Amino acid sequence: HVNTLTRQLQDDMMEVLNEVWGNSAVKSAVIISTKPGCFIAGANIDMIKVCKSAEEVSKLSKEGQMMFEKIEKSPIPFVAAVNGTCMGGGLEFAIACHYRVATKSKKTVMALPEVMLGLLPGAGGTQRMPKMLGLPTAFDVMLTGRSIRADKAKKMGLVHHVIDPLGPGVKDPEERLIEYLEEVAVGVAKGLAKKTVTVEKKKGLMQKVQDAVLGIPLVRNQVYKTVTQKVMKQTKGLYPAPLSIIEAVQAGVEKGPAEGYHVEAVNFGKLAMTPESRALIGLYQGQVACKKNNFGKPEREVKSLAVLGAGLMGAGIAQVTVDKGVATILKDTTTEGLARGHDQVYKGLNDKAKKKSITTFERDMTLSFLKGQLDYSGFEKVDMVIEAVFEDLSIKHKVLKEVEAVIPPHCIFASNTSALPIREIAAASKRPEKVIGMHYFSPVDKMQLLEIITTDKTSKDTTASAVAVGLKQGKVIIVVGDGPGFYTTRCLAPTLVEGIRILQEGVGPKKLDSLTTGFGFPVGVSTLIDEVGVDVAAHVAEDLGKAFGSRFGGGNVDVLKTMIQKGFKGRKSGKGCYVYSAKKKDKQVNSGTEEILKAFKLTAPPAVSGDEDVQYRLVSRFVNEAALCLQEGILADPVQGDIGAVFGLGFPPCLGGPFRFLDSFGADKLVQKMKRYEDAYGNQFTPCQLLLDYAKDPSKKFHK
Amino acid sequence: YVFTTFIKLSEFTKSKKTLSKPGVRNVVLVEGVRTPFLQAGTTYADLMAHDLARGALQGLLNRTAFPKEAVDYIVYGTVIQEVKTSNVAREAALGAGFSDKTPAHTVTMACISSNQAMTTAVGLVASGQCDAVVAGGVEFMSDVPIRHSRKMRKMMLSLNRARTLGARLSLLGSLRLSHLVPELPAVSEFSTAEMMGHSADRLAAAFGISRLDQDEFALRSHVLAKKAQDEGLLTDIVDFKVPGKDIVSKDNGIRPSTMEQMSKLKPAFIKPHGTVTAANSSYLTDGASAVLIMSEEKALAMGYKPKAYLSPTYAIPKVLERSGLTLADIDAFEFHEAFAGQVLANLTAMESDWFAQNCMGRKAKVGAPPMEKFNLWGGSLSLGHPFAATGCRLVTMVAHRLKKEGGQYGLVAACAAGGQGHAMLVEACPQ
Repeated sequence: HVNTLTRQLQDDMMEVLNEVWGNSAVKSAVIISTKPGCFIAGANIDMIKVCKSAEEVSKLSKEGQMMFEKIEKSPIPFVAAVNGTCMGGGLEFAIACHYRVATKSKKTVMALPEVMLGLLPGAGGTQRMPKMLGLPTAFDVMLTGRSIRADKAKKMGLVHHVIDPLGPGVKDPEERLIEYLEEVAVGVAKGLAKKTVTVEKKKGLMQKVQDAVLGIPLVRNQVYKTVTQKVMKQTKGLYPAPLSIIEAVQAGVEKGPAEGYHVEAVNFGKLAMTPESRALIGLYQGQVACKKNNFGKPEREVKSLAVLGAGLMGAGIAQVTVDKGVATILKDTTTEGLARGHDQVYKGLNDKAKKKSITTFERDMTLSFLKGQLDYSGFEKVDMVIEAVFEDLSIKHKVLKEVEAVIPPHCIFASNTSALPIREIAAASKRPEKVIGMHYFSPVDKMQLLEIITTDKTSKDTTASAVAVGLKQGKVIIVVGDGPGFYTTRCLAPTLVEGIRILQEGVGPKKLDSLTTGFGFPVGVSTLIDEVGVDVAAHVAEDLGKAFGSRFGGGNVDVLKTMIQKGFKGRKSGKGCYVYSAKKKDKQVNSGTEEILKAFKLTAPPAVSGDEDVQYRLVSRFVNEAALCLQEGILADPVQGDIGAVFGLGFPPCLGGPFRFLDSFGADKLVQKMKRYEDAYGNQFTPCQLLLDYAKDPSKKFHK
Repeated sequence: YVFTTFIKLSEFTKSKKTLSKPGVRNVVLVEGVRTPFLQAGTTYADLMAHDLARGALQGLLNRTAFPKEAVDYIVYGTVIQEVKTSNVAREAALGAGFSDKTPAHTVTMACISSNQAMTTAVGLVASGQCDAVVAGGVEFMSDVPIRHSRKMRKMMLSLNRARTLGARLSLLGSLRLSHLVPELPAVSEFSTAEMMGHSADRLAAAFGISRLDQDEFALRSHVLAKKAQDEGLLTDIVDFKVPGKDIVSKDNGIRPSTMEQMSKLKPAFIKPHGTVTAANSSYLTDGASAVLIMSEEKALAMGYKPKAYLSPTYAIPKVLERSGLTLADIDAFEFHEAFAGQVLANLTAMESDWFAQNCMGRKAKVGAPPMEKFNLWGGSLSLGHPFAATGCRLVTMVAHRLKKEGGQYGLVAACAAGGQGHAMLVEACPQ
């Protein structure tokens, strides 16, 4: 039920357009979608995916360019009437029209998200946007791919006119809204034909000044330079699409439309063939797949929920729950803890209000769904309890027993733990079929991933319910099997331990960070340790070390323990690998930690300690552990493995996740590298059977 | 949205009887008056809200010759409050010479404030707590409170507490230009951040009410009001003497125009495609109204000829269910006309099965009142709409219409910001 640009649609559209142009009685035209909530969602990705060569994709781009050019140069004016999603090719279509009217419905979102798929707006977008919005804004829109709501679009000059959504009347409100949009758009179209309405927008003083300044070639050159520098800084040169976009824009502005459209089409074709684009498209499609409930409709909808523990995680979970209008109890054991948690939820919502994505009234109304308390009153009516208390099995058992004494029989007990096996927590339960793991990531309101862990006793309905709650909270969900560290923590632990060894071998925290971010991780390993918390990292490393033995060895956990003793617990304590202060932006390496690292110094084997080897030592341990999870059935499929790694742990999105990486890099090549590391360090680098199988047969791929 | 007020209109059973119920005191409207309604910024411009309220209260006393000390209670409505007279009911009552033993409270419920004042009065009488209550409302739009900015207020309050000259100087030193930007009274609703006129335009669009329909309805209102004025039917008006100026005795906003002139106006809120204009909206108005509400027995005992029975609750579904009336039994309808588009949207809603089923939880439509019984002496569009004074104007007018037209039942309905509505059944007293 969405419109996408396909060959078929293109042909149908041309037919109608020719009819319109052939009829001299038609003085103007309106393009509108009758589908609720969708103008045009963009080009159909499959249309691009089936192409075998860059030329084939370029041809697609050229066809799109031609169609939109015909509209732009049409003898009669075209009005685009936009309600709902207007993305990618859809927005390119709209901006080829002469006038745009949009509804201010919450569903009306405009964006050029191609860059997030490793592509560029290939149907004239890179050429029309700068003319319409000016260079800086056009770059911002195309390089971030961000979503623009109607009122913002009006301010930017992307649409001429906006109309407010309607309340109930004598028919379905959205049906009436689309009718109303049509009435208004037809009015505009008639006005354009009669010349009582003009296409030109009045420019403000700032706009005039900007236009004048950008009229100077030297200034424009500076803009290209600055934008390129910014892109390089953010992408480390790992993403070709943003640079291609800049190139296409520059070609059009500096050398004229013919060259501009040509570069746009050629670059579009080239980009479609890059592994980065394949990876990003894979992630997009994986994300869509992980936003579905594959466990059916739960028997009962969770209408009220209780969260135990008002710490960072608990309050975060409460926030994303009340945000969707679900009555939520936030329970803690102290008033101080409760007050802090309540403040966190308030701040989260207030920040949204400050950014104007919600009104202060909506903030207050949302907050009214939250009830903070110290006792178990009202628990007899809740449908789900999510505990986010301290990561200690005996505390979790105690809490579980307390809760089970008060909750109704149908109530689900979910544990938010990053490493404790759910079956061990469920061992204390009278009804293990109602016990499940829900592993959220911090900060909960920002991180998209939710890892749901089922034991062999967890019922299907319990899983369905947990997934439904997660989806309502807006999460991307992977459902994995139970075991120490589940999937995500299990991949993270060996990577962190390897990071510690690398630090012990004398690579400084800053260098380690730049090596990891240089590979495409958004956060470097040293910084990650500080963010996660040195104590948490030590806890996880030790626990999983016990569970998995020497394979999880490498760095010495005592490094972390000594850091904790000295009070270096990471960002939360102000010191970890780095020293954090509110004033200085540029963080300094903590000399105390450097001393500890000296005390635990290891000799780096020269054969495997070059920069690239250091990177691959980290990545190969991550990827090997992910493959092991698939081999052991912790992971159901590679798609969830990729989504979990990218959205939960920041595995480089340009690589598309560990499995996509194996497909594009080659399992055999990775196995070769691992064998070299194995020779130097031992079984931490022994490739798992699945990796060996894929290495033996290069035609075997995780993704088809 | 005022739909809540119409919910069970068609559930009446067809059996004519009086609204009076055994065991419940009959509550009657003895008299209702109002000051002339003037466009804001005209003759009343230099007054204050309580001055107009005093005028209405005194006018009520003069017309009824009611002994002040026999008034048990005063309830008065206002929307935009003058900070100096936050309980405007009390200030106006004392100023009008009422006894200081008579308690007075102010009520605010947007455009149905005086409807709520009357409802409270009816409740006080019906429950036996009072025998005679004065209700009313005032709105004064010629002057509204404009505040200093929050920053400025904070600084001024701190200045008050500052002990030393140094502390005061340092506070003054923190003064920035932005402190001086004033805060205008909210024209938009707090909860929705939407202006009334904007909302009315959307409402009209949702129900597909055209600009032409709205202009025609507004013209009708002005023409009917002019006729009523010329024929001397607006007898609820009491003269008001503005100090240093003339005696005001007529509403000054009635201005029948032509469809052609009205069609030239640009939309006032949603530009350029909206349909609500200055001509088909009610205008900013100064004015006050007051009614005397009593128990029937006491009124008769004191020698008054009550005008109408008022139903003892403001929730129309309950009233109508109990009264067992149908729409056809109603002889005079007086609906508040905030915007032509809003009135027409409501009438359309009452005629819509979809609306009844999806928004009211009913099986079928309510049905709309016939236009030949509807707002025959003009309405808020033409007579003016001093927010908190309109309710009493509606009730008094329906009582006067029943008398003039010889009808038995009247229905008053009004909408208010915040998605609230109010309705009241009025029955003519035997002559």
